[in-house]
Order: sequence, then structure tokens, then C-alpha cells
Amino acid sequence: MRFFEYEAREIVKRAGIPVTDFGFTRDAAEAKEIAARIGGPTVIKSQVLSGGRMKAGGVQFADTPEEAQTHAENVLKLEINGQMPRGILVDPKADIDQEFYVGVVWDGTAKQPVIIFSPVGGIDIEQVAEEQPDKVGRRHFSNILPFSDYIAKEVIASTGVTGSDLNKLVPIVTKLAKLFVEKDMTLAEINPLGKLKDGSFVALDAHMDMENEARGRHKALLADLGVADEETREAREATPFEIAGEAVDAMDHRGVAGNVTEFDGNLGLVIGAGGGSLTLFDAVRAQGGDPANYCEIGGNPSVNKACGLAKLVLQKPGVDKIAVMMSIVSNTRVDIVARGVIKACLELNMDPAEKIAIFRIPGAWEDEGFLILDKYGVEYADRSVSLHEAARRAVEKIGAAA
Amino acid sequence: MDGVFISVEVNGDAAADAALAAKLEEVCPVSIFKGTPSGVEINAEFLDECVLCGLCLDAAPDGAVTVTKLYSGETLTR
Repeated sequence: MRFFEYEAREIVKRAGIPVTDFGFTRDAAEAKEIAARIGGPTVIKSQVLSGGRMKAGGVQFADTPEEAQTHAENVLKLEINGQMPRGILVDPKADIDQEFYVGVVWDGTAKQPVIIFSPVGGIDIEQVAEEQPDKVGRRHFSNILPFSDYIAKEVIASTGVTGSDLNKLVPIVTKLAKLFVEKDMTLAEINPLGKLKDGSFVALDAHMDMENEARGRHKALLADLGVADEETREAREATPFEIAGEAVDAMDHRGVAGNVTEFDGNLGLVIGAGGGSLTLFDAVRAQGGDPANYCEIGGNPSVNKACGLAKLVLQKPGVDKIAVMMSIVSNTRVDIVARGVIKACLELNMDPAEKIAIFRIPGAWEDEGFLILDKYGVEYADRSVSLHEAARRAVEKIGAAA
Repeated sequence: MDGVFISVEVNGDAAADAALAAKLEEVCPVSIFKGTPSGVEINAEFLDECVLCGLCLDAAPDGAVTVTKLYSGETLTR
């Protein structure tokens, strides 16, 4: 889940990283009061979860409190990329000597967090990496072992920063790395991290994304920030297909048929098991397939739930066939899933043998499951067939059908 | 009574035994049996949820309950 900037700044502040004396409000008159308290030029920033605020006019500069109020009135009415602002952030216009970048992001390939640091901040880090690669330092670290300052020092020093700046930056980068781990973030970014004329450093903007599954571990923080339980804070609204998927998952307590995500391909996926969904989705893509959806099924769902998910996917416009695949399952019964997906076909007056491109779920009760699949003529595979080979066979069938 | 995959039959006198009906309702983890004062009723909508645990066979007198796998023809009874 994504945080608004004013929330991300508060998280940064609580971590002990210096921030400006900013204020958040939904009221233009209060913006004037905040600007008067700040006492000097201010920046009025629209609080939306979308990028492109500056180009859209969502960031305005004011020299007086009155001007801040006028800008606030305009910015509060300004829709940016289809989003109305949650409010505005009133920030002192800082007297900057240099802008830096520091971010911590989860590296899914390395399966570790990575610190990215640059003495060139205020612009996209991707642009810096392309134009001045020697000005971008990267350093992975363990999210299990305690974080040590030397890791921060290494990554900062690798970009040529030395002396007093290095010493002042190390605790900031360290606190950000610890924040990332402790708060289960997938992204913790300060850009720009401003060096003021007096030599001190202050976070001028921050972006935070928290792992959705970790929300339950941070209820107190979310409550403090005013994040309601029903706020998904996803990058986009759920589609009707995805909402229907949630309804399938909620139909009974047994097992999981969750995280249904819509894509626009022709191969429907009923996939799962201990990370198997991600692997299988990638396998289908690697084989040239075009998935119609992503989902995670497992935990021994009822026949009814497996049937509901399969029906949802089978009825999705553009879906020619479904592939029912999992890694080796121990806590999900193969025969129960087989019953569910076949029942879905039958209830939709579809031929299971034609609609199910492949059924590759080895594991508990597989012999019983294979008896069912045999009866309906569905192609199935046991554990001797790899996930990638199963994906290949499914994609091949879709190709033959197209 | 038949589902798509599973058939369950409660035979003769056993089907009218209210005490047995209550026992079957208690033991079945997927609510296939419903106990009534006049005996046992089968919840047809749950037949295909049968997990083949055999608890109903254990709870009933020998031969009173029969579970059939319609996809293979195999019959489970005691």
C-alpha cells in the first residue's frame, strides 16, 4: 500500500530523520495559518497518490501566507490523473545547497533490500543511473541480521561523498534502512534529501510503500496516520473481475482463492501453492503465453470455492482455456481441486477436456484426483513434469486453439 | 442421492433413526447429513464436498451408509 507524502514524511520523522516543519491540511484558510507559522516562502503540494504533480500544477510556490491560501484553494480543486487531492502539504521553501537521493527498495531477484544512494537528487533516480551511473551507489543488506552503519557508509562513499557530508549522511541512511525493515516497506525513498546552506540535511519529499500483507502488524502506525482499514491504497481500483474474485474467496472459510488480478490475455489461470502462483505466471509468460489473470489458490479450498474461481476465470471475456497448475501440494487436496474445476466446466456447459488445457497439481490425494481427470478426459501431469513444461504445454494448446 | 462426483445412501431403517441422524450430522465435516426428528436428510448441495473421511461409515451400523465415487465406481461401506 502506498502512503501519501504527508504520511510518508511523518513516518520518516518518527524514524528520527530530520524533516522540514511541514503542515497538512484540507482547508485553504488553515494553509494560510500554517504558512504564517512557518514564516517565509512556502511550497503548496497537492496530496495525491499519482505522480506528475508538478507538471499538472499541483505544486505551487508562495511568498506570503495570503498567496499560500490562494494556491491552496486552487490546488485543492485540481484533479491530477483522475485523483482529487486528499489535502495539501504546506512546506517551507528550503534554502538548498545540494539535493541528494536515498532509497531502499526490495530486490525480488536478490531477495534482499537494496540501498540506492546518489549525490544527484531531485530528479528520477533512473535518469541519474542512465546519465551518470558513477553517481549511483547500490548495496544489498540482510533484512534478518541487524543493520550496521558501515553498510550505509560504504554505499554513500561509493559515490564519492566524503568528509562531513559522509558523516552526516550515514545516520540518515541507516535510519531509513532500519525503517524499511521494521515497517515492512517495499519502498522507502527520500528524494530530494536536501543539504541546506548551514550544512545540515533534511528530507524534502518522501515516498513509502508498505507490503500489503504486513498491514496487520502496523495497526498502531496506520491508526496514527489516519489510514482506514477499508483504504486499499492500490495503484489502481479493483476491476469488477477482481471484486468478483474477492467474493469467491469470501464465500466460505476453507482455503484461499485470493489475489485475483485481471490481465487481458486468453489463457485463464487457476494457480497456486507456496509461491507457485508467481513462478507459474512467470513460466506462462516465459513460454510466450498471455495470461488472462493471476490468482492464488491453496490451503485446501472447498470444491465450491475452486469451482467458483474456475467459473469466474472461464467466463472472463477472451479466455479460451484455463491452466490449473500448482507446485507440489501437501495442504491442498488434488482431488478436491479437480472436482472444483471440472464442476465449473460442467455447470457452464463446457467440455472439461477441451477447456482445461492442463491440470498439473501433484501432491496430496493425487491418485484420486487423476481418476477424476481420467474420467473427464482432462490432460494432467504429475511431479515428473516441471512447472515450466506444464506451462509450455498449456501455451501450446492455446496456440493450437487460436 | 447423487452429486457429480459422490453419491451417498443411507439404507433402510437407519435413514429413519433420529439418533443416528444426529450422530451423522455431528461427525460429517462438510455437512452432508442433516438430522431431523424423522431421520436423516442429505444436503445435496454438499455431496461433492465429501472428503472421503469415512467418519459417517464409522458412526453408522455396518452397511447403513454407502458412499460411492461416481468417477470410478468404487463403493465405500462398512
